[in-house]
Amino acid sequence: MTATHFLPRQHLQTLLDQLDALGYRCIGPQVRDGTIVFDRLSDATALPVGIGAHQTPGRYRLEHQDHPRCFAWANGPQALKPLLFAPQERLWRTERDDAGRLSFTSEPQPMQRQAIIGVRACDLAALALQDAHFAGPRADPGYSRRRRDLLLVGVECGQPANTCFCASTGDGPAISTGADLALTELDTGFLVRAASEVGSALCDALPLRAPSDEERAQGAAEIEQARLRQCRSLPGRNLRESLFANLDHPRWDEVATRCLACGNCVAVCPTCFCSTEREQPSIDGSSSTHLRLWDSCFSAEHSYVHGRLLRPDTRTRYRQWLTHKLGGWHDQYGRSGCVGCGRCIAWCPVGIDLTAETNAICADASESAQEAP
Amino acid sequence: MSTATAMGPPWEAEVLSRDDETQSLCTLHLRLTDADARAAYRFLPGQFNMLYVPAVGGVPISIASDPEQPQRLAHTISAVGRVTRVLARLSTGDRIGLRGPYGRGWPLDQAEGQDLVVVTGGLGCAPVVAAIDYALARRADFGQLVILQGVKHAADMFWRARYDAWAELPNTVVRLAADQPDHHWQDHVGLVTDLLDEIPLRPDASIALICGPEPMMLAAAKRLVALGISDDRIWLSLERGFQCGVGHCGHCQLGPYFVCRDGPVFPWSEISWLLGQKGF
Amino acid sequence: MTSPPSPPFEPANTLGRRPRLAVHKLSSCDGCQLALLNAGESLLTLAERFDIVHFAEAGIIDVDAEADIALVEGSVSTAEEAKRIQAIRARSRWLMPIGACATAGGPQALRNLADAEAWIASLYPEPQHIDARPTADAVAAHVHVELELPGCPVSTTQVLAALASLLAGATPFAEQDKVCLDCKRRGQVCVLVTQDAPCLGPVTVTGCDALCTSLGRACYGCYGPAENPEVATLAQRFAELGLDAEAVTRRFLFQQSGAEPFQQRVRAWHPKLQAGSATASADRGRDLASADRGSSMLSSMTSGMTSADRNLSMTSKEDDDD
Repeated sequence: MTATHFLPRQHLQTLLDQLDALGYRCIGPQVRDGTIVFDRLSDATALPVGIGAHQTPGRYRLEHQDHPRCFAWANGPQALKPLLFAPQERLWRTERDDAGRLSFTSEPQPMQRQAIIGVRACDLAALALQDAHFAGPRADPGYSRRRRDLLLVGVECGQPANTCFCASTGDGPAISTGADLALTELDTGFLVRAASEVGSALCDALPLRAPSDEERAQGAAEIEQARLRQCRSLPGRNLRESLFANLDHPRWDEVATRCLACGNCVAVCPTCFCSTEREQPSIDGSSSTHLRLWDSCFSAEHSYVHGRLLRPDTRTRYRQWLTHKLGGWHDQYGRSGCVGCGRCIAWCPVGIDLTAETNAICADASESAQEAP
Repeated sequence: MSTATAMGPPWEAEVLSRDDETQSLCTLHLRLTDADARAAYRFLPGQFNMLYVPAVGGVPISIASDPEQPQRLAHTISAVGRVTRVLARLSTGDRIGLRGPYGRGWPLDQAEGQDLVVVTGGLGCAPVVAAIDYALARRADFGQLVILQGVKHAADMFWRARYDAWAELPNTVVRLAADQPDHHWQDHVGLVTDLLDEIPLRPDASIALICGPEPMMLAAAKRLVALGISDDRIWLSLERGFQCGVGHCGHCQLGPYFVCRDGPVFPWSEISWLLGQKGF
Repeated sequence: MTSPPSPPFEPANTLGRRPRLAVHKLSSCDGCQLALLNAGESLLTLAERFDIVHFAEAGIIDVDAEADIALVEGSVSTAEEAKRIQAIRARSRWLMPIGACATAGGPQALRNLADAEAWIASLYPEPQHIDARPTADAVAAHVHVELELPGCPVSTTQVLAALASLLAGATPFAEQDKVCLDCKRRGQVCVLVTQDAPCLGPVTVTGCDALCTSLGRACYGCYGPAENPEVATLAQRFAELGLDAEAVTRRFLFQQSGAEPFQQRVRAWHPKLQAGSATASADRGRDLASADRGSSMLSSMTSGMTSADRNLSMTSKEDDDD
């Protein structure tokens, strides 16, 4: 058990300054465009102080609240994914000389190491899955480069949204692994646990004190309350058998009448990893740039095979997404691809609720569900 | 291996020659221009390369040549999409990009000492040619070699000389089928799967290699099961929209598999439950 | 899915000369030609790689020139244009309509939903001098086209990429992704979810770099329907957001009213509005005379967005949380 410290609220800026002094580019949450986004952060006052986030299916609203906290919201549309799995990335550039000879170059961008502040337990669970996908054998060079030297300051989630269900997937709201520092926010400051060598070294440089018993108890109680307040859940942690046994369930047809096949769920999902490659030819014919972009299994090209589409309609596309997310992932990565962040519910323009669809399709599984400890 | 096997840039490859097989099919013989890359390049029968045309894009094409000759890589192209149509118009000396090889190939270790039953349809013969070449180079290691190829129209039948040559070899059965014959056609009229009932088959000592359109593969696999071959002896090569080749881009997602990485060659025992399901 | 059309020349350009490029104009605002003129340095390169035989906005005029590639902006709106597009087709190897007018009729196709003759009579003292067909049509409604590039205006980047592809001997890449995907790739925040803005991004093909949503505005569909556009589902969502049936319909009646998936919404709202050039008929006027609401809506069609503009600032606590 690592030691728990306390960082008084007025010293939050010291954390940012220390990270800056260590050469980290700090990224943290802030209010923009009616939501919380992660962006360059050097001033703690830019954090979403006194801001709450009200999320329901298909709807997201920030609200001003009367408290000094800056992490009193569950999440925004994105956190770590775009910082590591770039939404658009140049893979290589081709030059063609006059004799028709080709030369290929890929010049990695010089990368300053980054520290991300305010990462949630669900995002850390998603990161572990993205690592398994992109940084395993045949690692993706761009992802690996950005992943290296990444410092993560997690903040436990005390204010789950109506859309959250991380307790059901077993990924939150408390932070167990994956962060260098794990914070629990109280009105007066933060309970701080170091979870890595880098985190410990950082702690040594911060004006920490020992927390009081009341502070410890309050932190634990708030996170426990956050767990209990979650109102959505999946019918089990491994729905692979149930989903693949129900490929002809009428609910697929029904959800297809509500789904826009717009791919917003995929874009905000912190574990979705599909990409597509594109070519940007120069008009003079001498060069071309090969790009990789985020893709979605709701797009036509995703199921294109040699002149035909495997999934021409919304029904098969939605089914592909859900059966992979909650089914195929178990074979590929040893667990479900869902971390319970609820983004796909809040950011679906028509408010389709993954948990409701899953509960309908896997009704047989919910009776015999074996919850992992 | 070089970075060309991950998501780094491709190698440059030069067109050594091209064979026009039918009106819409051609075979490109390619050579990596970098001597070190060429010397290091090895592939297994059933694997594929990503061929890349600058300014246009990339496409997965199986390697249809002798694995003992990896310095000269044959790719048979059907001109269907944006990229393949440009590939199909290349000529000697043209340069493209090449990444690979990718994927799991045919189970030739498992097949040692066994009869090989090759069932292909249309262009599906291309991904199996390397396996046939491999077996012929080690003829004593394999039992009877049965090669069945079917096409829709008689005019689609290519590599006729190759089939004729194979047919002359000892302990080798070659049968061809056309669903729509022309007046020259002397072989079977109908589906390639019809031929499965007409060949000498030792179910416990055979490995089947199947490649072609999915309905044809399904029919062939089911027929072979009915003829007594166990489902781990029946292997199929699948086609999906591979882009990265290493299981990252997700386009080849099939149930629990990334076809580019876990396949493209699968035993029937792994995929029978999902193949033929519309949408997968 | 069918195979894409073959490009007009080989990769190595076996023509033995520079390919000829023509840029034609039908009924339009010239904005798509300007999008090409705004290409900057690329325009100079374009002029080196192509023999530009006709491009009125650039001062090159030979409307009868033969061309390997012809770009056409504007809709077929007059009898003269209906004739001219046939001639252009006959003289062009690769015909590529560019922009909303050429690909879906443009804003002028709103008259397809009304009695154009009555409109003209009400606007002009001497209507007999006006040459206007009853409908403004996409080029593809009159002649075969190889590829369409939509947008209002067309995307300069897409036109240049298409021309570069053709020069490389390849069929140009046809964008199919929805605006939503592009919007999220650019790190933008969904305006429908945060503002209840009636955004057409979920049914609209991208190419615009998600421009409107980057400014916090709802997409109004100027690139037209994407593949698999769930128009009815989105219309239902707009209704749930509080738009009345007319306001919902208006969202689909900007530059792309002539696109079939958007017209479906018009017909769903008012079955008597038999949209589309193929349905132009003698009794159209009588049908519409009884469709009072439709007529009044159409006559005020230029009034712009309705409920699209929402307060971008945060709302106060207005719903029950959790």
